Amino acid sequence: MELSDPVVQHLREVVDLPDLTGTRYEIEREIGRGGMGVVYAARDRDLDRRVALKVMDTAFEGEPKLIARLEHPGVVPVYETGLLPGGRVFYSMKLVAGTRMDAFLESAASMAERLRVVQRVGEALAFAHSRGVLHRDLKPQNVMVGAFGEVYVMDWGVEGVAGTPAFRAPEGPCDARSDVYSLGALLKLALDRLKPVPQLLAIAEKAMSGSPAQRYPDMAALLAEIERYQNGFAVEAYAESPWETGLRYARRNAVLLWLLAAFVTVKFLLFFLRGR
Amino acid sequence: MQAMNKILVGLIFGLVLGALDGATAWFTPAVRSMMTSIMIGSSVKGMVVGILAGWYARRVQSTAKGIAVGAALGLLFAFLVAAMPSENGQHYYLEIMLPGFVVGAIIGFLTQRMGTPAEVTRK
Repeated sequence: MELSDPVVQHLREVVDLPDLTGTRYEIEREIGRGGMGVVYAARDRDLDRRVALKVMDTAFEGEPKLIARLEHPGVVPVYETGLLPGGRVFYSMKLVAGTRMDAFLESAASMAERLRVVQRVGEALAFAHSRGVLHRDLKPQNVMVGAFGEVYVMDWGVEGVAGTPAFRAPEGPCDARSDVYSLGALLKLALDRLKPVPQLLAIAEKAMSGSPAQRYPDMAALLAEIERYQNGFAVEAYAESPWETGLRYARRNAVLLWLLAAFVTVKFLLFFLRGR
Repeated sequence: MQAMNKILVGLIFGLVLGALDGATAWFTPAVRSMMTSIMIGSSVKGMVVGILAGWYARRVQSTAKGIAVGAALGLLFAFLVAAMPSENGQHYYLEIMLPGFVVGAIIGFLTQRMGTPAEVTRK
């Protein structure tokens, strides 16, 4: 009797299921698999709620303890951590219903929505940095956009995680500027497929400078730069031409300029209608 | 300018814009002889509109409403000025009210965008 591929896959998954004896969780299904472990949707029997259960491949408790130090709206809260009978570490956390950022960016999300997601990621990272924690492996697959627009940064890296080449700083995960590089790469990806905005591309390029000294010194500086762009101010990363400066000023003060134009028009009309 | 309260912002811009508005009367030869009184009247009108628009802006933060209220105040006070007969006995309703309306709108906009609003008090 031959078994079909989906059946073989299902059998493999069943065999791989961790032994949760002694815990209060029941696995529902596997929802993700990464270099450090497997994430399942599970049910907490005691509290009768659904959680995400990550079972690590090792006995190393670094990741859950790292995340537990970070209480921030952009960081998925850890509920519990422990050891399974086989010696593997597990931890339960909030089950986020939403879309991975790479899938979100494939959708028809507007520029404003994309920037909002990047900013929420930056804020979570800025908070983590203030607590002495680096992410080290920031990439679109580690960012979830919830059903109601909430943004979560997941899979906080620990020592030894290599990071993902396209989003990894060339010098490796050294300090906050490595995460700045990664956020710059996220910003650049967010701008993909949209009408090019020179200022935002320049911000992304500066964040992704090969030399850490030429990047934004921290997340706050990068976020402030994005906010300056959104508020119609000049950005450090982009050298405007006088024409672009004038255009930006006009856009930022459009209402005032229209009112002044209305005043001048009224005066001219009165002058010519009434005669000299 | 951002550190000043909105009433003061309205007063200053009202005075300056009112004076400028009055100064443009020079292009009407028939009233050139009355420039001094026109400048004073226009400046005072602008100041009053500015103070009232600034007071409104301290309580209501809405650019659209600020422009509308400023324009309405500008029109009202311009009408009151225009209703007074000039030295030559003529009334210049259009020449005073139309620019007054636009100047009021500009003052309303500026008081919304600049200056500090009233402090929020919780009861």
